[in-house]
Amino acid sequence: MSKPRLATIWLDGCSGCHMSLLDMDERLLEITERVDIVYGALVDIKEFPKDVDVTLVEGAISSEDDLRKIHEVRRNTRILVSLGDCAVTSNVPGMRNQIGPAAILERAYLENVTINPQLPGPMVPRLLAMSRPVHAVVKVDVFVPGCPPSADLIHSVLDDLISGRVPVTAGVTCFG
Amino acid sequence: MSEAGTPTPARRRRQEPLIPDGPVRASAHVCMAAGCLSMQADTVFDSLCERVTARGLTDVAVKRVGCLGLCAAGPLVAVPQKGRIYDHVAADDEAALDGVVDGLAGGEGGRPTATDPFFSHQVKVVLEHCGQIDPERVEDYVAVGGYEALTKAVTTMTPAEVLGEVTRSGIRGRGGAGYPTGLKWTTVAKTDSADGKYVVCNGDEGDPGAFMDRSVLESSPQQVLEGMAIAGYAVGANHGYVYVRAEYPLAVKRLTTAIRQAEHAGLLGPRIADSSFSFDVEIRIGAGAFVCGEETALIASIEGGRGTPRPRPPYPAASGLWGKPTLINNVETLASIPTIINRGAEWYSAIGSGKSLGTKVFALAGSVVNTGLIEVPLGLTLREIVFDIGGGLPGGGKFKAVQTGGPSGGCMPESLLDMSVDYESLAQAGSIMGSGGMIVMDDGTCMVDVAKFFMDFCREESCGKCVPCRVGTTQMYRLLDRITRGLASRDELAELESLAGMVRDTSLCGLGQGSPNPVVSTLRYFRDEYMAHIDDHVCPAGVCKMEPREAAVAAGEVAR
Amino acid sequence: MSVLTLTIEGRDVAGQTGHTILQVARENGIEIPTLCHLQGLSDVGACRLCVVEVEGQRKLLPACVTAIDEGMNVTVNSERLAAYRRRVIELLFTERNHVCSVCVADRNCRLQDLAVELGLTHFDLPLLSPQASVDATHERFGIDHNRCVLCTRCVRVCDEIEGAHTWDVMGRGTEARLITDLGTPWGDSKTCTSCGKCVQVCPTGALFEKGRSVAEARRRRPYLPYLVVHEGRTR
Repeated sequence: MSKPRLATIWLDGCSGCHMSLLDMDERLLEITERVDIVYGALVDIKEFPKDVDVTLVEGAISSEDDLRKIHEVRRNTRILVSLGDCAVTSNVPGMRNQIGPAAILERAYLENVTINPQLPGPMVPRLLAMSRPVHAVVKVDVFVPGCPPSADLIHSVLDDLISGRVPVTAGVTCFG
Repeated sequence: MSEAGTPTPARRRRQEPLIPDGPVRASAHVCMAAGCLSMQADTVFDSLCERVTARGLTDVAVKRVGCLGLCAAGPLVAVPQKGRIYDHVAADDEAALDGVVDGLAGGEGGRPTATDPFFSHQVKVVLEHCGQIDPERVEDYVAVGGYEALTKAVTTMTPAEVLGEVTRSGIRGRGGAGYPTGLKWTTVAKTDSADGKYVVCNGDEGDPGAFMDRSVLESSPQQVLEGMAIAGYAVGANHGYVYVRAEYPLAVKRLTTAIRQAEHAGLLGPRIADSSFSFDVEIRIGAGAFVCGEETALIASIEGGRGTPRPRPPYPAASGLWGKPTLINNVETLASIPTIINRGAEWYSAIGSGKSLGTKVFALAGSVVNTGLIEVPLGLTLREIVFDIGGGLPGGGKFKAVQTGGPSGGCMPESLLDMSVDYESLAQAGSIMGSGGMIVMDDGTCMVDVAKFFMDFCREESCGKCVPCRVGTTQMYRLLDRITRGLASRDELAELESLAGMVRDTSLCGLGQGSPNPVVSTLRYFRDEYMAHIDDHVCPAGVCKMEPREAAVAAGEVAR
Repeated sequence: MSVLTLTIEGRDVAGQTGHTILQVARENGIEIPTLCHLQGLSDVGACRLCVVEVEGQRKLLPACVTAIDEGMNVTVNSERLAAYRRRVIELLFTERNHVCSVCVADRNCRLQDLAVELGLTHFDLPLLSPQASVDATHERFGIDHNRCVLCTRCVRVCDEIEGAHTWDVMGRGTEARLITDLGTPWGDSKTCTSCGKCVQVCPTGALFEKGRSVAEARRRRPYLPYLVVHEGRTR
């Protein structure tokens, strides 16, 4: 039997969840022996592969690029895991929802900039009107809240998934 | 009193009734309730007075009266001696005005309205004097037997006998919940209180499309005061409050006048009818919050606090206004009391059917020919009310549903038209009697849109105290809004239904508990309309504007 | 004062006349989740977390204000109650802008705890993301309306314990907001005694002490000796 195919993806988040993943330390080695890591920040592959068993999604859906990616992830993933508060609740990226993208861009790129203030050009993916949690856009199978979720928790979730168990995160991890 | 011998009044003050000194051969009753007043009934009244005087009709009276019922056809003028009601008597319609005067003079002029079967199916207890008496003259009320019931109660009956009469009449609270009035009175009567009890009249009518209480207060305020005093005698209270919403300035004005006149005439105040019973009444004006119709919120408001409900028990009957035992009844309930005392419990309980005895006032509104105020025996069918009394839908429109019970009520489909209108049947069908609003809808109505309207109302009127009502109604409104825009998924419909159950079961007061009803009842009877919005992206009634789904998907606004 | 016997969660327990279901349950080590309740203050039954099933009663009853009765049979935990309680917490999280990771009350928050206790891992309902303000005009304290759950603990402690009644609620529905005096900025309040009781009883990060970091934001309830802290609970 071939090893389960694991992917991770980083959307609108701070990469803290990926850092927490790395915080598993030596347990990473054990995990990598049990799975094939087929996509993610540590793998030099540009296209999201097909037939992925588990994808850990970090970050909220904030831009047109995030939206395109998450649909691609969902199409090719058997078990989609929302990893961390940004993916689960939209968290910090969602704080802009009360004022809208135009105001936030203006504040960030014009008002608070002293040298060459300018709005992002066409090379930068456009922001959606709202920053949303992943499950507002595609179906999510496992929710792992936390900002970030601890390395222990991520390990136990991965261990469960690789072993064919359904991870239970209710009651063991808090938002924030 | 009168200036006997004066040939004609030299200068008549505007809006003073024209009452001949001698016998009256004919009288014009000009409706001066809010509906007709908004169509310049006051000018009609003045014109009629002038015309009657000009024609030298010295044995003709022109009176202002309260609501005549057929509000859709106003301004209305009744000439009871001829058994006629003249409709659409506009202030600038010379022919119509002259027609009424011709009728008063004994001729056959004018175009009287077709009064059947609008009036013939009705039985008037609460509205008995509406449209018959001048609401601003206590003499008029006394002349039709007003305050006889109070006098009878305090001089010939014990409080226990009054309680017994009300209990045996079978009347239930007309404000919405239908709690047996006699039981409520008995509880207050049995609760000991060393330092007083209160009677509160709930006139904070707020259901969209409902105007029963307003009409009664504008048309026969003394009747309500008399009911309160009888209640006070029965339960042992000496103080009463009428809580009226500020949006009813005319009702407030007429109540104020009525209290002043009744006190002046010794019908309210100390030692009523030379008995040892004293009763006074004060008015409290609400600040326009729907939730203040809920009894504990109303009490908080009278006490000068923020109008928010509190959990019951303790019920107001045990601990109400300022912690004292308090009887709270709706305007219509209290207005029924004098007749029950006068005519007896047996007479009253012979009207109606099953556990729903007596009469109920309904405000017929929406897509119906005879918009207006009606009073019918409980137990008529919806069909009789909408099609016989209401005259059906205008322009031959197709009936779709009738909404009863306001924001806590439900929408009854055509298949339930032959259902009897009583407390039990309505509850079984997923609605409530409510205070008596009845809104008829034709096939141009989208039922999802209707549910959204009522949810918007509940969301806005939530006092914000408990979580399910405050946030739950807002989230439900949002889901309904998405359905009407063609953006919702089946998952979101499931979410809406789940929230409806939670808000119903966990909200603090009746406003929150009842708020899912319009959604639940439309889902029960018109589920296919919800599905058409969701699955087929179309509003069958053509009311809702569907948004392009592709654009919403591209914006990440539509899930899955 | 007579003693009544009743059944809570299948256990025979006894309590005094006039005591609430919540009191008797906790005396007997049976936990019922609460948020607006704080021992020592009057109860308002507003958060609806403590609703329980009482045999023979059609409606769910809030345990914090429902007096016990002889022979009562109370169910504290059922699937339905658990789902409703999770929903209450979900509604509160979606109502305002609760971003735990950047909140002064992170790890010191009753709302955050309740999500864990009741097993809430995500929200099915969307965040309403209202525009809510922060009033930092008071010299020592601040209020962040983004974090307020309208439990009114502050209103009650200010009125019932401090006797100042600086706090109250204004507006309806989701527009309801805590106010000081008649809606004047907190710093301009004529009635506020700056005692800080409101800050100590706040279950979330809505009321905070200025100049303190997240790590220092732990509430100091012993500071309020008249409030009996329930079984070590400090939130």
